[in-house]
Amino acid sequence: MSLTLPPITPAPMPRAPRSIVQRLRWLISDSWNVASRDLIHWIRQPVRLFSSVMYPVVSILIFGYVFGNAVMVVGGWNYREFLMPGLFGQSIVLGVGVTLVAIAEDTNRGVNNRFRTMPMSRAGYLAGRSIADLMNSTLDIVVLMLCGVAVGWTWHLGFGNVLIAFGLLMLLRVAMIWLGIYLGLIIKPENTSVVWTVLLPLTMFSDTFVSPQMMPAWLGTISEWNPLSATVGAIRELFGNPGWPGDSWVSTHPMVMAVAWPLAIIAVFWPLSVRRYRSMS
Amino acid sequence: MSSPVLFAEGLRKRFGGYYALDGFDLSVPAGTVCGLLGPNGAGKTTVLRILSTLMRPDGGRATVNGFDVARQAAEVRNHIGMIGQQSTVDDILTGRENLALWGRLYHLSAANARRRADELLEQFGLTAAGSKQVKHYSGGMRRRLDLASSFITAPSVMFLDEPTAGLDPRNRIEMWSAVRALALGGTTVLLTTQLLDEADQLADQIVLMDGGREIASGTPDELKARTGGDWIDVTVRDLAEIPAAAGVMARTAGGRLQTTPGENRVSAAVTNRQHALTDVTRALHAAGIDAEDVTLRRATLDEVFLLLTGQDLEGEEAS
Repeated sequence: MSLTLPPITPAPMPRAPRSIVQRLRWLISDSWNVASRDLIHWIRQPVRLFSSVMYPVVSILIFGYVFGNAVMVVGGWNYREFLMPGLFGQSIVLGVGVTLVAIAEDTNRGVNNRFRTMPMSRAGYLAGRSIADLMNSTLDIVVLMLCGVAVGWTWHLGFGNVLIAFGLLMLLRVAMIWLGIYLGLIIKPENTSVVWTVLLPLTMFSDTFVSPQMMPAWLGTISEWNPLSATVGAIRELFGNPGWPGDSWVSTHPMVMAVAWPLAIIAVFWPLSVRRYRSMS
Repeated sequence: MSSPVLFAEGLRKRFGGYYALDGFDLSVPAGTVCGLLGPNGAGKTTVLRILSTLMRPDGGRATVNGFDVARQAAEVRNHIGMIGQQSTVDDILTGRENLALWGRLYHLSAANARRRADELLEQFGLTAAGSKQVKHYSGGMRRRLDLASSFITAPSVMFLDEPTAGLDPRNRIEMWSAVRALALGGTTVLLTTQLLDEADQLADQIVLMDGGREIASGTPDELKARTGGDWIDVTVRDLAEIPAAAGVMARTAGGRLQTTPGENRVSAAVTNRQHALTDVTRALHAAGIDAEDVTLRRATLDEVFLLLTGQDLEGEEAS
């Protein structure tokens, strides 16, 4: 059967926005539409939801029970009370990979170039990516918290502090999104697996699983300065979970660092990403 | 005459040490199809990228509907649709969802986006497949969905970068039908291709490119006329008769001769179209050569390209 189509006629195109209000409306609708593509993917691919749920279960089993039973915690605390904030932080930092892979795929498939020839808000695509990733991470953290409660972790200082802790985690996620966007724009999709190799140790050289004080001095210093340690230290304080910070300035001021580190990362990688996105082809 | 919809003058683009474009000019009138034809690395895609605002030229200037692609890029984007070499539709979504999503990205209201999606499915012959996930589409259907998705706001200019690369012949013909439907409706189309047949079938105007420049341009017929116009093909029954047949044709047809090793066919450029066919047939008969087939035809674009560059389109040196 051969296909013969009748003439297809052009029509007037919508005008580009002129006012700031209209620009803002475009930004909001563009970013939501880009994000909604991801939401449909989740619904259609239950495998992705399943791995979102399995990751915390497996992590708690490995770190909480396989290794955790060999870890002595000072003061008779349950190791899993120490561990859970570490797992929250690790899940957030591993999100760099999620962002990066999605961006690299869109770039490779020419989707980014398509967007860039359209009368779309330039920031809309990147903002949409951020919304989708923040929703993804929210789900991950909620599932992790529920699993934590099931194995004896809890918060001791009120629900208000839980919300602040959640805010700090999401602030770190925003920083990881901009880092991921930048890396996704410069790395070819076939090389993205390298990122996991680098990322996983980086989440370990921190106070996620073990206090940096237990490490050799040089590694302990690196771990104390790891941005992940700042956020994890801060949320341990907010939850009232045990932690054994060192006496360096960074370790004793985790709250300050948990805000300063993400802001610094955003300040560097946001402009870099936007510039890269504008000039790529 | 009205000014051209697509215009380029002295375009240059440098990548590292070499010029992908080295002084390229273009002028495409409204409602016509222009084909950029050339081997890999000729600079075809670079032209498309500059005109579609993805890339800024290092030299020269270009306009779309009179808007400068470098200085008025946002305005240009209101007039163009672009289909790259890869498919940008989403596998997980259905055809209808894809079009509705792109419609929303072109800032139609949700209701309008849905209505437009249905219209486009109809126009591009995809209504029956509208509710299927795109991963179940054939290559040709996916390509047409790509085309439909960039036609949501019906731009007056469409850029197609090797629109049928990787498609089988049947799907290719379906895609051609879609491109023709756009052109019939008045859309100006600029496409790149490595396929002579495609340029011949679709383009009103062909620009032959090599090494970042135009080496020839014109209608397919004008280009074919440049090799001397008409050719006569004689097919003989036996390979051994080729030299004798070639001798006869050299005397009677008068133009350049062409043979392909291992094929029992001789081609000759014809200087006197009116008498060529009878002259050659009679001379072959008189020489006792058993010709299976004698045909008079226009030169192919392959022959034009070979003549102008000394290379065929796959970049092989002519023997």
